[in-house]
Amino acid sequence: MEHVVIIGNGISGVTLARHVRKLSDKKITIISAETDYFFSRTALMYIYMGHMKFEHTQPYENWFWKKNRINLVKAYVKRIDTDSKQLILDSHEPITYDKLVIATGSKPNKFGWPGQDLEGVMGMYHKQDLENLETHAPNNNVCKRAVIVGGGLIGIELAEMLVSRSIPVTFLVRESSFWNGVLPEGESAMINRHIESHHIDLRLSTNLKEIKADENGHVKSVIIEETGEELACDVVGLTAGVSPNVDFIKSSKIEIGRGVKVNRYLETNIPDVYAIGDCAEQHEAIGNRRPIEAVWYTGRMMGETLAQTLCGNRRMYNPGHWFNSAKFLDIEYQTYGWVFGVRGRPDYEQHFHWKHNDDTKCITIAYHKDTNKFLGINTFGIRMRHETFDRWLTEERDVDYVVNHLSEANFDPEFYKQHEKEILFAYTNQLQTA
Amino acid sequence: MSLAKPDATDISNKQKIALGIGVIGLFIMAIALLNTNFPNKGLFLSLALGLITAGTVWYSREAYLTKLEGIKNNGVWFKSISSRGVWGWIVGVILTVFYIVLYFYPQYLGLGKDGAPNTGLIALFDPLSNLLSGRNASQWFVYGTLYTIAILAFGYKFILKYRHNRYQQLRTISVMFFQLGFAFLIPEFMYVMNNDLPYYDLKSVWPLNYYIFDEWSVKGFLSNGNIGLALIIFGILSIFVITPILTYKYGKRWYCSWVCGCGGLAETAGDSFRQLSSKKLYAWRIERWLIHAVLVFSVVMTTAMVYTYLGYDSNDFWLTRGVFISLVIGFLTVIFTGVMIFKRRELGKDAKYGAIGFFVVIALLLVMHFTGTTEQLFYVKSGSLRSVYGIYIGSIFSGVIGTGFYPILGSRAWCRFGCPMAAILGFQQRLFSKFRITTNGGQCISCGNCSTYCEMGIDVRAYAQKGENIVRSSCVGCGICSAVCPRGVLKLENDSMNGRINPTEILLGNDVDLMDLVNQK
Repeated sequence: MEHVVIIGNGISGVTLARHVRKLSDKKITIISAETDYFFSRTALMYIYMGHMKFEHTQPYENWFWKKNRINLVKAYVKRIDTDSKQLILDSHEPITYDKLVIATGSKPNKFGWPGQDLEGVMGMYHKQDLENLETHAPNNNVCKRAVIVGGGLIGIELAEMLVSRSIPVTFLVRESSFWNGVLPEGESAMINRHIESHHIDLRLSTNLKEIKADENGHVKSVIIEETGEELACDVVGLTAGVSPNVDFIKSSKIEIGRGVKVNRYLETNIPDVYAIGDCAEQHEAIGNRRPIEAVWYTGRMMGETLAQTLCGNRRMYNPGHWFNSAKFLDIEYQTYGWVFGVRGRPDYEQHFHWKHNDDTKCITIAYHKDTNKFLGINTFGIRMRHETFDRWLTEERDVDYVVNHLSEANFDPEFYKQHEKEILFAYTNQLQTA
Repeated sequence: MSLAKPDATDISNKQKIALGIGVIGLFIMAIALLNTNFPNKGLFLSLALGLITAGTVWYSREAYLTKLEGIKNNGVWFKSISSRGVWGWIVGVILTVFYIVLYFYPQYLGLGKDGAPNTGLIALFDPLSNLLSGRNASQWFVYGTLYTIAILAFGYKFILKYRHNRYQQLRTISVMFFQLGFAFLIPEFMYVMNNDLPYYDLKSVWPLNYYIFDEWSVKGFLSNGNIGLALIIFGILSIFVITPILTYKYGKRWYCSWVCGCGGLAETAGDSFRQLSSKKLYAWRIERWLIHAVLVFSVVMTTAMVYTYLGYDSNDFWLTRGVFISLVIGFLTVIFTGVMIFKRRELGKDAKYGAIGFFVVIALLLVMHFTGTTEQLFYVKSGSLRSVYGIYIGSIFSGVIGTGFYPILGSRAWCRFGCPMAAILGFQQRLFSKFRITTNGGQCISCGNCSTYCEMGIDVRAYAQKGENIVRSSCVGCGICSAVCPRGVLKLENDSMNGRINPTEILLGNDVDLMDLVNQK
């Protein structure tokens, strides 16, 4: 019986295991050093906030794994020997595989800041990070102020977490506006204001110079690059992005770039070794996607795809239309298709932007300036239907069609106030004045 | 799990004062309970109810209006009361004791026996009862008043908590309206107009109000001319016509989370406990057996009860025992055959259990018919089935466990495990309804907020992460899963019956060919 060994029990590895089990009788082993069972990483924040307990973030009950004959091994993989097809573990005898899947996810970026390894400095990615935060920031007596470095999705989540325990937060963002490498300026500006309305001390265009320690090797303060200002704090959150968690592979024959190099079939340079999820790096980016996609959904899709390959139906990783979602404090965000911020925006991409005057809802529709073809939508504070936009993107609808039929895509709960008329009005007006 | 339970964030000073005000209100009642004879009962009753309401209102305003609109679940699992902590258990014990006394020892609340004047807590409520219906209070009046106050005050709290969500607000206004009007005021006024009419909460439908077909009840209606006749016809129409139509169009939520009093209390006063319902598979197994067993019990019990009193004045009325039992068996058979013909495939393995259930009921009814005498049914005194149901299901299950155990089992234990009305509506919702919770393509991140906050213990995430719509008989359509979802994945909808149940293996967003290949069945 063929033995499929998966390193990493995140969404990619677990999706793969589940699908392989549905399709075959292969022996399946998942190795993880992080937790005994699969949990939803995206839900870690809710544990700290008291919305859920850790057990609620586990999508499957503990009996699930045995019932589906998926072996779980809690250990750290020290070395991969692809010649003998063996994994050397730290607290477990070596495991031999027939097929090996690397699904080790990411780790938080550290850019060599002085003091980045002090007590009280942490990322927010692993369950251990959460435990660390609980130790250093249980309440606002122990943690009088926290400084967050890096204005992305994890940064704003960490800010929301700390605010939920009334801990004052200073949020250092390198860019001139929150996440404006991705978001168009109107949206980014609205989120800036929303962050501030939660009494978060948002510092734009601000970089970290160094982190200072007290006599116990614990964080005492941070120094700001631009002004030299010293901010006293007890916790520093480093949330300047993530990168593939692949250090342990460097000693093997598997080709590494920033992540594990894979082709469109998610195969590495070594036969029978594959990589999926955050840690995989495509030789060439697929369409507008990045070569490394550190997103929940893409990890899942790679798992779904590779399961087919491992079970005899070799498939390319061929994702459909791009989509994603996030939540910025109280404002939900969804995106379908491509909408670029200032950075990397193609010449032909034009935007229609509408914002509600309550300053918590807005949309941006991207379209081709010559053909009017609908390229994508960002929506804030209004839920929209994935299926509808996926269809419109496939049908290559133009922007007029999309704006005129927007109510078909509405996914807000019943009785919510609808804004489609107002949006259409703004759209028509904008065209007349343009 | 190595994470220690963090301290709950302290409530503000204003909230402490508000809480104190509410406690003073409760304290007045506690003193009354200890048989203190208040000089001006009207004044002290107003004071007690007023302080409780004012305290709750002020507390809620401090809790929610001082913050931006949004989901307010911070610290739910840190607070003792909402995470089965010490306070949770204390409140649970107090509520349970209250229900036991209410149902079985009303004399301790001060109920005057055999025309004797009330004392204690019940006497405190006499002025209000006299004002509304001109009679002294009973333990049920006390209970009804407190129940209504709870729904109104905590309903207000709930509306503030979800002030960004109109579905939640309208639904809450609806349960507040139905409780105040239909369950509390209208029956009192009906009594004023015609004091022979039995108590009738118009929105309460059999088998939830299992007593409507009791002999005294039916006699009471029938001896009261056209109004009485109209009421009992309305009661029958509610079961066989109104309920099926509304459930077909909107799902069982039209009743369970918009109208029902039990649901109303669960959604308002019980809201802080909704996350305590078990989502484990074994809980679901217990649920299916228990709730359907109660349904079978209530059908057999009601039939037996009506059957009994049809026995002794049969000949002057077309509805004889024989006709009645045939009607019941005929009706059940029509439903059973219809389901088996049109919905056999959807039921899958459960069809077997359905068939067993059906034949058990039919067999019981036939045994009853052929072994019963005017005195005895199932070889026991004919009324005892009814009293067993009343005590164990009507009082202990729905009241003592259903509400008393809020802080332990969650707010909908009765609705989930016991309510026969919910079982009927759920059966219909599963098979003949336009209602479903739509999953938004591939957007689920499996975070678990939806499952955690489902008061009915449905593992919503299990469906959402598969991109599958949620079509479950137990779903009461409260809409909280949709509200707490951070990614906009869930939407309660009434739409066409086609494609309502849509299991998928590969989610939207992946390779189109792969999705077609794997998802087509």
